[in-house]
Amino acid sequence: MILAQSSSSRIASHAVLMTGAIIMVFPFVWMILASLTPQSEIFNGDLLPTPTLHGAIDNYGTALSAIPLLRFMANGIVVCVAILVLQIAIAIPCGYALAKLSFPGRPILLVAVLLGLLVPVQIPTIPIYIALAKSGLLDSYAALVLPWIVSVFAIFLFRQFFVTFPDEVLDAARLDGFSELSIAWRIMLPAAWPAVASFSIFSIVAHWNDLYWPMVVITNPDMMTPSLGIAYFRQAGEGTGNVGALMAGGVLVTAPLVALFLLMQKHFIRGLVLGRH
Amino acid sequence: MILSVPAMLLLVALVIGPAILVLFLSFTNASLGLAGIRFIGLANYTRMLTDPGFAQSLRNTALYVAVVVPTSIGWGLLVALLIARSRFAVLYRTAYFLPVAATLVALATAWEAILHPSLGFANTLLQLLGASPVRFLSDPATAIYALAAIGVWQLVGFNMILFLAGLSTIPEELYEAAAIDGADRGLKRFLLVTWPMLAPVTVFVTVMTIIRAFSVFETVAVLTQGGPMKSTSVVLYTFYQEGFRFFRVGYASAISVSFFVFVTFLSLVQMRVSERRARWKASGGQP
Repeated sequence: MILAQSSSSRIASHAVLMTGAIIMVFPFVWMILASLTPQSEIFNGDLLPTPTLHGAIDNYGTALSAIPLLRFMANGIVVCVAILVLQIAIAIPCGYALAKLSFPGRPILLVAVLLGLLVPVQIPTIPIYIALAKSGLLDSYAALVLPWIVSVFAIFLFRQFFVTFPDEVLDAARLDGFSELSIAWRIMLPAAWPAVASFSIFSIVAHWNDLYWPMVVITNPDMMTPSLGIAYFRQAGEGTGNVGALMAGGVLVTAPLVALFLLMQKHFIRGLVLGRH
Repeated sequence: MILSVPAMLLLVALVIGPAILVLFLSFTNASLGLAGIRFIGLANYTRMLTDPGFAQSLRNTALYVAVVVPTSIGWGLLVALLIARSRFAVLYRTAYFLPVAATLVALATAWEAILHPSLGFANTLLQLLGASPVRFLSDPATAIYALAAIGVWQLVGFNMILFLAGLSTIPEELYEAAAIDGADRGLKRFLLVTWPMLAPVTVFVTVMTIIRAFSVFETVAVLTQGGPMKSTSVVLYTFYQEGFRFFRVGYASAISVSFFVFVTFLSLVQMRVSERRARWKASGGQP
């Protein structure tokens, strides 16, 4: 910056930023405090809940035993990993073909991908729901995973990434007897690593947090994913609910994403920003 | 070619096919569990336009958007401007982005407890300050604003990141040139250099935020289910109820087609604006 700021303006800007930052972080702090406080003392008129060891054991114990929270999280991991692996397996070859190969129908496919980018995720869900219901697949991993395995965003992102890849390398690989499929897997996938990392974070965060689709296709608590599980648990205890245990559940469900964010901020932010473009 | 076949088939089966089917269904009286689909023309659309319930969710959504969009954009821009000059930039960026990274449903339940109608943190604080308690989420007059506050909280960090990216592309020479012209600090410099240079990012952020706010769903589904007294029923939640709770497939399809048209329209506006901007730049700044 070319200009030295006066110290009073620096203090003012600090105060504004700090106030906002406290508001941003406050719900997290409150959630953690309440998750450690005995249920009967969370709403006792004090400004903030006061943690005790006994409260912590109680709340986290309830969250892990009375609610199938570990089950929700295991479901979340299965669903997120399955979706991500299939998305990449489908999008990498397609992105490569769109970027580097010429074949009949390529322009149409490219237009279809671009149009697909415009379609909000909720639009195709009614017919897909009906198809899943008719084939008896509601309340299954298949219902949670199948609708998401083709990501137009991933195809588009990888295609953009591959377009600038040097053709000489590809020609050399073909001379060495590489098939197009093995080029896609053994040369393009490693080359696209940054794009794959960003996309992975976007995909994992989106599906770990998703409430809409699990709410549509899942009613069996054993099949619930983290967000739906928390919503279900809150609903079940409304009025008399155990807020301490609910907050413990919230902490456990949120912790993996927050840890991922803190450990790899750059990738994390890039993934989310790219994904919402 | 064979490499793109799986993607092509799935694209047709999971995105394009269903989207076309939704358009078709929106002209029918389709309803899950009832045999026989009949073509009913635009009846679903006229029903949407005349149904007071839908008008109410449209009004609620508009109110939510009207609060969330300017607040989260203005706040995000302010934070980005201040952070760009702060020594604690990384720390602040982390704090403001935290809500974007978190699981909204979990944090929404924390907000609900903080906004508890009598004993939550917010009301304890209000009472300490001598104000009377507010039944934030359970009062029809305040519920949509309470949800909007949570929406703002969740979007500020995201908008801040986009503005920070925009700020980093403004060449330092422009600021130096502005300083020579006397606009060396504060509002003057902001109005002369930063704001015009940031315009494309601002358009993008605005369109994104409108779409995101218009699609509000989680907080409504978890905290209020559209109540109290329908004061928080919003478009996507109404769509969810009509389609997947009442199984009025035709009517829900009409809602989602309208939603799609609205979102596409906004995206096209945004594309047009950034295209014109790019052309303007390419021609060396000559209009």
